[in-house]
Amino acid sequence: MNAPQPHRVWNQEAQRRQARLQRSVPFARGKAVAPADMVSLLEALLEPGDRVCLEGNNQKQADFLSESLAACSPQRVHDLHLVQSVLALPSHMELFEKGIARRLDFSFAGPQAHRLARLVQSRSIEIGAIHTYLELFGRYFIDLTPQVCLIAAQAADAEGNLYLGPNTEDTPVIVEATAFKSGIVIAQVNERVEHLPRVDIPAGWVDFFVVAPSPNHIEPLFTRDPRHITEIQVLMAMMAIKGIYAEYGVERLNHGIGFDTAAIELLLPTYGASLGLKGRVARHWALNPHPTLIPAIEAGFVERVHSFGSEVGMEAYVAARPDVFFTGADGSLRSNRAFCQTAGLYACDMFIGSTLQMDLAGNSSTATLGRITGFGGAPNMGSDARGRRHASPAWLKAGRERSGSGTQVRGQKLVVQTVETWREPHHPTFVERLDAWQLMEDMGMDLPPIMIYGDDVSHVVTEEGIANLLLCRSPEERAQAIRGVAGYTPVGRARDQVLVENLRDRGVIRRPADLGIDVRDATRDLLAARSIKDLVRASGGLYQPPKQFRNW
Amino acid sequence: METLHLELPSLQDDTLFPQTLLHGVVSSGNLEVLVEPGPDAARCVFEVQTAAHGFSEVWQAVLRDFATRHPVGGLTFSIHDAGATPAVVSLRLDQAYQSLRSS
Repeated sequence: MNAPQPHRVWNQEAQRRQARLQRSVPFARGKAVAPADMVSLLEALLEPGDRVCLEGNNQKQADFLSESLAACSPQRVHDLHLVQSVLALPSHMELFEKGIARRLDFSFAGPQAHRLARLVQSRSIEIGAIHTYLELFGRYFIDLTPQVCLIAAQAADAEGNLYLGPNTEDTPVIVEATAFKSGIVIAQVNERVEHLPRVDIPAGWVDFFVVAPSPNHIEPLFTRDPRHITEIQVLMAMMAIKGIYAEYGVERLNHGIGFDTAAIELLLPTYGASLGLKGRVARHWALNPHPTLIPAIEAGFVERVHSFGSEVGMEAYVAARPDVFFTGADGSLRSNRAFCQTAGLYACDMFIGSTLQMDLAGNSSTATLGRITGFGGAPNMGSDARGRRHASPAWLKAGRERSGSGTQVRGQKLVVQTVETWREPHHPTFVERLDAWQLMEDMGMDLPPIMIYGDDVSHVVTEEGIANLLLCRSPEERAQAIRGVAGYTPVGRARDQVLVENLRDRGVIRRPADLGIDVRDATRDLLAARSIKDLVRASGGLYQPPKQFRNW
Repeated sequence: METLHLELPSLQDDTLFPQTLLHGVVSSGNLEVLVEPGPDAARCVFEVQTAAHGFSEVWQAVLRDFATRHPVGGLTFSIHDAGATPAVVSLRLDQAYQSLRSS
């Protein structure tokens, strides 16, 4: 029999937490910290090698806390392990350049992709792994639990209760993992108020807060100016709506953030309505409040939207449409990245988005040479959930197509990649070998950074047509189906003409004409809004675009 | 700028043209097409001014398909691309052809 060991201490984490708080006392008044004391507070409580989550979302940034951390003395604060979803700010990179941080586990580094690749090559940074959001959040509770988190909130009251505003994003999941494992939670807020509109994070989970000298940075990442949508994108949107949305009766879905999907959003109330699709497709969404969704909402196409985050300028519009969006008792949007990613994985029948490169197996990647972009939510949204059990007509139809004559025991998520065959001259989208393989070699990674695996992709839409990969019965057929819509790229021109015509006869490849679409009809006149000003008008003046989009 | 001159066999449609027609506008991701009567009824002439260097093979493939797709013998197409992708080139050429037919 094993008797309990008498000398084992079972609350070492709590003791360590108490020691940190003790060291912080000189730099705080209760939970309130003055901006000028933040660097000293961080130097006092952080320990070398700590796992730190510095809240970087793809929109909201704890920028003041990031700058404060970067201003710490590398003699006192060093070798931190950052565990955060997005690296977006120059100060994030400074942490590694100064040796304050050494190791990184993350999801997305779009704006800092070049600088990150250089740091890896000069061995100034160790990357644990590049994750999809939900995967990183999962690890917060298993093996990457933060010891300290630095988060961004809209407002705090005197006790330290926090209101997160419309951009909730990652905050709840970060705080949950940190606060309940004896970690330290530090928040920067835009303002201190007497009464919060609502309490999103209770004061008992918050150790310190600071009123930042300026409001936290928020990136309008999901605003697409309809002026830049091309006729080719309109054509591809028509094909997607008629050949996929209508064909499968897709009611629950998620869109990517590019112009291709913005075109679809703007075609639903025009072209989609002319096909009689209102109430039959695109009713329930996992999506940020895209301004380009306004006309489809106003037309009654869109019934419900749950969001990962918010979008700058959409606050008043969202507050005025509570039947559509999730809002608090105060009226403002409640977003949540972890829950929305879960919704996208298990409760949506389709993901449609774009990519930079695709190979003949349908693997796609946004990694190009010299840039480590990461993945964000795409690998999650753009994958078939093997744990899903509930059925829907779209899911069943896709599953039937994949299983062919075999017995059907599961459905299949529709994962659609919509891409022009050339991004620009000399940059074909379709390639024999992804740049991701070279990047893997250059960066010493275990695997090539593939965003969406080919075996999860159901359809590829290009200006040349739609390839239905569910109907392909061999890797060779799949490759020819992809070549068959790859246009004049070297990959497309190397097609076997006979096999491709055979695939067309079987409906694996469908050209615009096969779908009853006349390419001459693909004009910008079909867009429900052709400018940001049109979107403002469609919203009844409620949408207030950020300055950089006020171009009229 | 690179200039391409290409003459390709194509069927002739007597009902087409002959008035000169300018189609498309040069701007980002766009291009300009000018259609005029050509020297030979059995051939289509293409004069291409392209901003993309080393792209002539792709251009030739795009134009060959176009000359096969439509009866454009006896016509000259002058094209100024503005770094347009093959997708845009094909679409604009098809639109130019359709405008010719309906005019």
